[in-house]
Amino acid sequence: MVKNEEWYFDQKGKRFDGRGQFEQRPINLKVGVIDRADGSAYVEWGQNKAVAAVYGPREMLPKHMANPNKATIRYFYRMAPFSVPDRKNPKPGRREIEISKVSGEALSRAAELEQFPNTAIDVFVTILDANAGTRITALLAASLALADAGIPMKDLVSGTSVGKAGGKLISDLSKHEEDAPDAVDLPIAMLPNSDEVVLMQMDGPLTEKEFNEILEVARKSCKEIKDMQVKVLKERFKDDFNGD
Amino acid sequence: MVIKMKEHFYEAEMVKQEIAENKRLSKRGFLDTRDISMELNTLLNADGSCIFTYGKTKIIAGVKILIDKPYPDNPDEGSISIGIELSPMSDPSFGTGPPDETSIELSRVVDRALRESKGIDWKKLCIKEGKFVWMVYVDMYIMNNDGNLFDACEYAALAAMKNARFPKIELTEDTCTIVKGEYENKVVEFTNDPLLFTFVKIDDKIILDPELVEEAASNARFSIAITNDKKMVAIQKGAEGSFKIDEIKDIVSIALKNYDVVHKKLMNAMKKK
Repeated sequence: MVKNEEWYFDQKGKRFDGRGQFEQRPINLKVGVIDRADGSAYVEWGQNKAVAAVYGPREMLPKHMANPNKATIRYFYRMAPFSVPDRKNPKPGRREIEISKVSGEALSRAAELEQFPNTAIDVFVTILDANAGTRITALLAASLALADAGIPMKDLVSGTSVGKAGGKLISDLSKHEEDAPDAVDLPIAMLPNSDEVVLMQMDGPLTEKEFNEILEVARKSCKEIKDMQVKVLKERFKDDFNGD
Repeated sequence: MVIKMKEHFYEAEMVKQEIAENKRLSKRGFLDTRDISMELNTLLNADGSCIFTYGKTKIIAGVKILIDKPYPDNPDEGSISIGIELSPMSDPSFGTGPPDETSIELSRVVDRALRESKGIDWKKLCIKEGKFVWMVYVDMYIMNNDGNLFDACEYAALAAMKNARFPKIELTEDTCTIVKGEYENKVVEFTNDPLLFTFVKIDDKIILDPELVEEAASNARFSIAITNDKKMVAIQKGAEGSFKIDEIKDIVSIALKNYDVVHKKLMNAMKKK
């Protein structure tokens, strides 16, 4: 991979890693990777690797945290110390806590939590390898793990990250592009069937026109990714439960 | 900030009834913001301070400008740090102890709005390349929580920074010390005044600048930061509800239209002190 180079597009308009403007890195999904967990999944998105496990619905402890009307999703996004070029302190940082909060809220919209009052659904996601876009990689894994755990859901959560680097709008920024001086990173997660946005964050300057344009690109990508998620879940449950 | 429903259950029901009739309890229009007032530099030990009120929400922001070592990868750039304390004196639901996820999200969103605007020239915060840079610490205490802490904290931080003075320093070859109690005639320059606009959704209707009871009635939140050249610089969607793509596009255009109104309000309050 090309590193420390200050260019983002070649003469043919290809990006520094050979991708087209709105081309995503290859995505690889796998469901059911941890035996002990109620549900689990593993997602590779380019260099990003995330593994997710779901436990629950189970008793909420401490008890005063329980919601008498519905289940509570507790989402733990964590980066392994070896997942980034420098060693990351394993203690959860402020960034991880914020990402956990917004991602948990996104999943809460998708799951039918009213069916399990007073309980907790714990979602643990660990990033094993990171190269920009890990919160969405983690969320895809978590969404698959939730489905794998048999928790009723209105829709799968699928997502992508769009933005801008080197003066052009692009999909799925890599670390090199994220470090561009004019970089804009816009992670977005949707319930693709109802076109609802359940997670959106952005940093970096964009005009209204650029924003509206890139939203449409994101909407399309989310639908494509949902199809991949559905495919891998169908594969997982193609045999009946006794045949596994 | 989503407050647990049970604490404001009846008020939230009233808010919903009013919203269904296209009214707000406070008689404001859906897209009207509350009044702003502030007192600047009343805290004498701070390098700059702002006691900020947004409706009934009250925040105290204090600035300390300190000398620090630069990061190795940016030897000629200073930086800012935003801290927000959800003081338990300001709301019965705020506890003591280390910051929870609510306050971490709040301070990170405020930080992102100010930082990503690129309105501060980090290089102007350099004292001596590779050795000494300025760190601008903005610490905020919530004094009364009546909702929309996101916008209130961002405005308070901006006002406090724009009126904070740099301490006088003594610089030699290897040392750099602050002269206590003396100031340069120089303030933190913010060129594009980023402003945060927070919306919540209550039963499919979207309102700007929610009060506490309106937050309790809401199920989704959307914050967007805009600069004076009408660019969007930061976004955060929060809470368990969702927004349609078209709703987001509407929110963006409303926020862009509202920028001048709120900016004027803020600047007038700053002039009046």
